[in-house]
Amino acid sequence: MSDSLDQIFIHAKQWLLSFISGRAPDWMIQIASSLINIAALLGVFLTLFALISVLERKILGRIQNRYGPNRVGPFGLFQPVADGIKMLIKEDIVPIRADKIVHFLAPILIAAAAILTLGVIPYGRNMTPFNIDGGILFFFAVGSATELMVFMAGWGSNNKYSMLGAMRAIAQMISYELPLIITVLPVVMIVGSLNPDKIVDAQGNYSLGFVPHWFVFTPWGATAFLLFFVSGLVESNRTPFDVPEGESEIVAGHMTEYSGFKYATFFMAEYIGMFAISGLGITLFLGGWHAPFHFLEFIPSYVWFFAKLSIVLFVYIWLRGTLPRTRIDQIMNFAWKFMLPMAFTCVVAAAVWHYTGRGLRGWLWSLAVVATIYVTLSILLDTRRKFAPRTYRFAE
Amino acid sequence: MSTVAFTIISIFTLAAALAAATLQKLMHAALSFAVMFVGISAFFFLLGAEFVGLVQIFVYIGAVAVLIVFTILLTRDDVGKLRGFNWGGVFVAIAVFAGLIWAILKTKSLSVAPSQIEPVTVQRIGELLMSNYVWPLQCVGVLLTAALIGALILVMEDKSS
Repeated sequence: MSDSLDQIFIHAKQWLLSFISGRAPDWMIQIASSLINIAALLGVFLTLFALISVLERKILGRIQNRYGPNRVGPFGLFQPVADGIKMLIKEDIVPIRADKIVHFLAPILIAAAAILTLGVIPYGRNMTPFNIDGGILFFFAVGSATELMVFMAGWGSNNKYSMLGAMRAIAQMISYELPLIITVLPVVMIVGSLNPDKIVDAQGNYSLGFVPHWFVFTPWGATAFLLFFVSGLVESNRTPFDVPEGESEIVAGHMTEYSGFKYATFFMAEYIGMFAISGLGITLFLGGWHAPFHFLEFIPSYVWFFAKLSIVLFVYIWLRGTLPRTRIDQIMNFAWKFMLPMAFTCVVAAAVWHYTGRGLRGWLWSLAVVATIYVTLSILLDTRRKFAPRTYRFAE
Repeated sequence: MSTVAFTIISIFTLAAALAAATLQKLMHAALSFAVMFVGISAFFFLLGAEFVGLVQIFVYIGAVAVLIVFTILLTRDDVGKLRGFNWGGVFVAIAVFAGLIWAILKTKSLSVAPSQIEPVTVQRIGELLMSNYVWPLQCVGVLLTAALIGALILVMEDKSS
């Protein structure tokens, strides 16, 4: 019973395909299969986007001691529908001196790249829409193309604020791409595969019947996950790292000259990117679609994946509600002076864990490596700046 | 099927390359150049060389294209101006193309029928890199890390002054 519930979507897809199998040539079935995957992916994640956009405002409202949207539909749940209609009927303004083609293409390409990265994540047992050997590599290859599209948006708008925003975005994306990719390396090293399915499979066992073998429960994995999470925040331009679109400084960064549905497309791409990077984090460190305890495995795998995804998304929203925006130089210093050395440390600690037997002894040894480097870095990076009354140079 | 795909990708790549060579605005040319890289990686995917295709996107669009775009932006103050058509460039291009065609036609491998080769999987590349080619891989790793740290030291502010 639970097994058929687990595979219900796979069976549904096979049932759909059975209509044309035998009658159509092979390549047609292949295309139909891909189209079903794409339709399912878009359906699920666009719904999730609509849902999260209203939930985020609700939660932010709670954090800031107000109600949040509550006018449209029950509990304000139809707010995204109203927003969508509003965005569609707004005038689409293109600046007269903008580069029309580049300006038009940028939001489309950004959304396409964001949606492509969703394809390689395993959402449940046998539920990877685009299952290739180099799945992790695919994710980062497509993700790295986003920089060029942000540049297109900034340059195509022919606006100072857009260009400044794009420069900031690219600077922080390039800086944080390094720790992001290097923190993935230990997982790839330990599993010995770039295939997301195999990485999830490797985390499927339980010690003593209740401690899951998720990589986040090893010292190197926990460190790598934290670094990955922070880099993910930066890559998806979320608070506290949202300087590219810092409203109080540069209007809306590379999105300044976009209006109506093009702006909504940027917005959507940002959220989809957030889902993708959270999904990858879950796949790499939080055990993918595996249940946290052995006796809970009767609950279908995709339920676990989306439960974990909603927890990670909640943390994203929570951070947005509590932390102020950092300065760009602080972000850069943090990336190059702290994140990068720590990311390299994770690689070393994972190797130590592997060669001291992957057990308790390895656990302690890799903890020692991470702790030593962390303490050394903290001492080295300490500026010994004392807190003192603020001195004003121009005011007074 | 694959012939149709080959034709479509070829037209796409050639059009992008032509656009990169002839477009009047320098930035448009740079962006078409990036589009051409997508076409090249599509060729690799068509040939079953998945890993090379992904690395092509990763390195050439994620890094090289961004580098080109930034170089144009930071070194030219006339980015928006139209550039003229360069006949000298056309002659150089034709000469290089003719030379390459001549070299390709002269090779013997054209007449040799390709034997049935299994597609190179990521798994096999990884295994080879970790066994036969582990020393070159390690050397490249050390070199790249050194380059990374060297770049950091170059841009570090000078504390003494």
